Amino acid sequence: MIKVEHLSKHFGKVKAVDGISFDVNEHENLVLLGTSGCGKTTTLKMLNRLIEPTHGKVFINNKNIQEQQPEILRRGIGYVLQNNGLFPHYTVGENIAIVPQLLNWDKKQIQHRVSELLEKLHLSKDYLNVYPNELSGGQQQRVGLARALVADPPVLLMDEPFGALDNVTKAKIHAEFKALDELKKKTIIMVTHDVQEAFELGDRICLMDRGRIIQQGTPTDLLFNPRNRFVEGFLKEQRLLLEFRAITPPPPPEGGTLRLNGKVLPPDVSMWWVMEQFKFKGNESISVYDDRDKEIKKLGFEDLMLAFYQYKQQKTHE
Amino acid sequence: MNDQQQTLWDFMRQQSDKLATQTLEHIGLTFISLFLAVLIGLPLGILIARKRKLSGSVLGIAGILQTIPSIALLGFMIPLLGIGPKPAIVALLLYALLPIIRNTYTGITGVDAAVKEAAMAMGMSKWQILFKVELPLAMPVILAGIRTATVITVGVATLASYIAAGGLGEFIFGGISLNNTNMILAGAIPAALLAIIFDFLLSRVQKLNFKKIKTGTYILPVIIVLLASVYFIPSAYGSKLTAGFTPEFMGRQDGNLGLQSKYHLKIHTIVISDAVMYKAAYEKQLDVISGYSTDGRLKAYNLVVLKDDKNIFPPYFAAPIVREDALQKFPELEKTLNLLSGKINDTVMTELNYRTDYLHESPENVAKDFLVSKNLWRPDRGGNNGIVRIGSKIFGEQYILANMYSMLIKGYTDYDVTTKTGLGGTKICFDALTNNQIDFYPEYTGTGLLVILQPSQQIINTVEGSKEKTYNYVKEEFEKRYQIKWLQPIGFNNAYALMMRQKQAAALNVKSITDLKNYLDKK
Ligand SMILES: Nc1ncnc2c1ncn2[C@@H]1O[C@H](COP(=O)(O)OP(=O)(O)O)[C@@H](O)[C@H]1O
Ligand SMILES: [Mg+2]
Repeated sequence: MIKVEHLSKHFGKVKAVDGISFDVNEHENLVLLGTSGCGKTTTLKMLNRLIEPTHGKVFINNKNIQEQQPEILRRGIGYVLQNNGLFPHYTVGENIAIVPQLLNWDKKQIQHRVSELLEKLHLSKDYLNVYPNELSGGQQQRVGLARALVADPPVLLMDEPFGALDNVTKAKIHAEFKALDELKKKTIIMVTHDVQEAFELGDRICLMDRGRIIQQGTPTDLLFNPRNRFVEGFLKEQRLLLEFRAITPPPPPEGGTLRLNGKVLPPDVSMWWVMEQFKFKGNESISVYDDRDKEIKKLGFEDLMLAFYQYKQQKTHE
Repeated sequence: MNDQQQTLWDFMRQQSDKLATQTLEHIGLTFISLFLAVLIGLPLGILIARKRKLSGSVLGIAGILQTIPSIALLGFMIPLLGIGPKPAIVALLLYALLPIIRNTYTGITGVDAAVKEAAMAMGMSKWQILFKVELPLAMPVILAGIRTATVITVGVATLASYIAAGGLGEFIFGGISLNNTNMILAGAIPAALLAIIFDFLLSRVQKLNFKKIKTGTYILPVIIVLLASVYFIPSAYGSKLTAGFTPEFMGRQDGNLGLQSKYHLKIHTIVISDAVMYKAAYEKQLDVISGYSTDGRLKAYNLVVLKDDKNIFPPYFAAPIVREDALQKFPELEKTLNLLSGKINDTVMTELNYRTDYLHESPENVAKDFLVSKNLWRPDRGGNNGIVRIGSKIFGEQYILANMYSMLIKGYTDYDVTTKTGLGGTKICFDALTNNQIDFYPEYTGTGLLVILQPSQQIINTVEGSKEKTYNYVKEEFEKRYQIKWLQPIGFNNAYALMMRQKQAAALNVKSITDLKNYLDKK
């Protein structure tokens, strides 16, 4: 869907982006991860031509973006900024309607689409005629997202979209983000410096440093097969947490299920989530059912830990 | 006249037509200039916000323009654009430019970069970003600039009357030169009110929220254009020649009022300051002007005085006036001062004034040259038998005379001399004399009559026509009332006079004011 080839951007002597290449598949969520100043934003802005590259090419849907008129290109790519970039002189409704207006939609259609998005993003209709400065940070960020999604662009670029939010709000918006149906059919490139966020939201991660991509792969790839010391070091502080999140409990036999207090757990449930449910008040456990709905065994805390270490050992020796 | 007894209110009611015209002219001038300044300043501000490299030089030039004194700027405009509304509007718009350019620039560059980037990322074109994002967000700052510019323009527009563009300055400067407080206030109060009202209204517009400011932004230009349109260029009377008179001349019985009542002169007239009037006549912007008959510029610009054949301009013969006790204290003084009597006629005085005012020679040199040429000059005797204090008013002719008297006293007597030159107007000089601050100064018979004595109109009418009657009347009255003596007249008559360019007067065969009237009446 998106193909980036040997892309570079030099500001004078500074090589902000230094010959990077990556692909993003349709409906995939790729995260550009790295410390501040490593060239993430510059990379992202070259994808919608807010910045013109020094070298290299970008193809979206097999079309070279250099050959398209920038305005037209941008109207087909949603863009969400860290500081949301909402127009302070437009109401929430007007802000969301900017792109449809540029595309000359009719009024009815715009109204309909705006209310639809407000509902999906859990914003009350009362906010329609309110100015952005009257909203909380989380609400502003949702409006920013709505504005990017309104014309249903196939590609979404997000530059630290949740960076300005406090942790509680962030966690809530992460959950909403993952649940939002509109995003399921989008190809997303998201920039963040937050390792947890990258692991939680990314299908794949490009870890960047000084304008280059150090390693790209799935979160588990990065965790268990770090390519070098830098990758290892980058994840070190939060390694345990990330591992718990990346690893699932031992799977049930073919056709069986895992249940907690009688409720069936989804197949990709993380070890972390299960542990969070435990109250550590005695012999809590999850039950393993076979394909005929018969309980075969219970997995307590110790069992899960054992499985975790076995998995880790196996992964690192792959 | 009876200005003193008149209240301001009476004056404004009496002159309500003029007041209304001047106020409308003032508003019109202000807003035409403002409109043009916005038309030029806004795009310039936008341009330098886009091309920052230009910002330094553009803001610098606009800044320099604003530091040029207003009168000087108006003066520069005359050779380029003549007199009247055109140069006034250009000068006013140049003054209004800086705050508008500067605030447009600051407003636009101050727009949050993230907002601009978002606009670009959503696929807005440069123009869409300008009109939908940058200008609306910069609008409060831009309006603040327009507000500043408005207040400046209302103020500076009072000076437009200097170059015949009308406005409330006509009353203000007319009042100053006629020493008529009511007239000054009748111009100054409305001008101040205009500034306050426009400032207030614009401050309200500025405080509107974003929704209303959108409508406001559309309405404002319309209002400015409407207000601008109330200005009508001073309408021609269809006469063949144009006269330029000073505000003072316009308001005086022995000025324009007399021209109308006694000569029935009908000429298209505009009000203009003394400072630029002669030059404007020279440059054929004006055909007839009201000047002083010994003004050096008469010679500098090749003008001739039209004969006042109906004697409406009272004689202004110059003579030293001395306190009687000073004459007793310095017995030699009278004889010495009278050495100049009858020595300087109009032509000579004009020539001397020309050398100081136009060629910028020092009054001292000019005085000495003259005395030497008349064989009157003698070296300083270095006397110390008391000090004579000489006063003079604040213009060239008086400086020359004071210097001549100083040289004569030092050369012919044993007295020493101090001079207190540049004593403002008549009132200051005369007060200094009566209060024993100075011993004598040169005064004019007409001034003594009309400004100091201020007798009834009847007396004025009987003495005004003749040089001797006026001189005798002021001499007697000054002795009676103030114990001040008029010595013998020096010879020249520095009176009001109508003047024209020599060439034109000869071509039209106009020698007197009656000739002028007859020429104008011929269709
Ligand atoms: N317009 C610019 N001019 C000069 N240097 C820039 C510009 N934009 C970014 N840089 C430099 O490029 C490098 C990468 O910046 P950026 O892409 O913003 O990093 P990140 O988004 O990862 O924090 C930084 O060293 C930054 O200082
Ligand atoms: Mg960044």
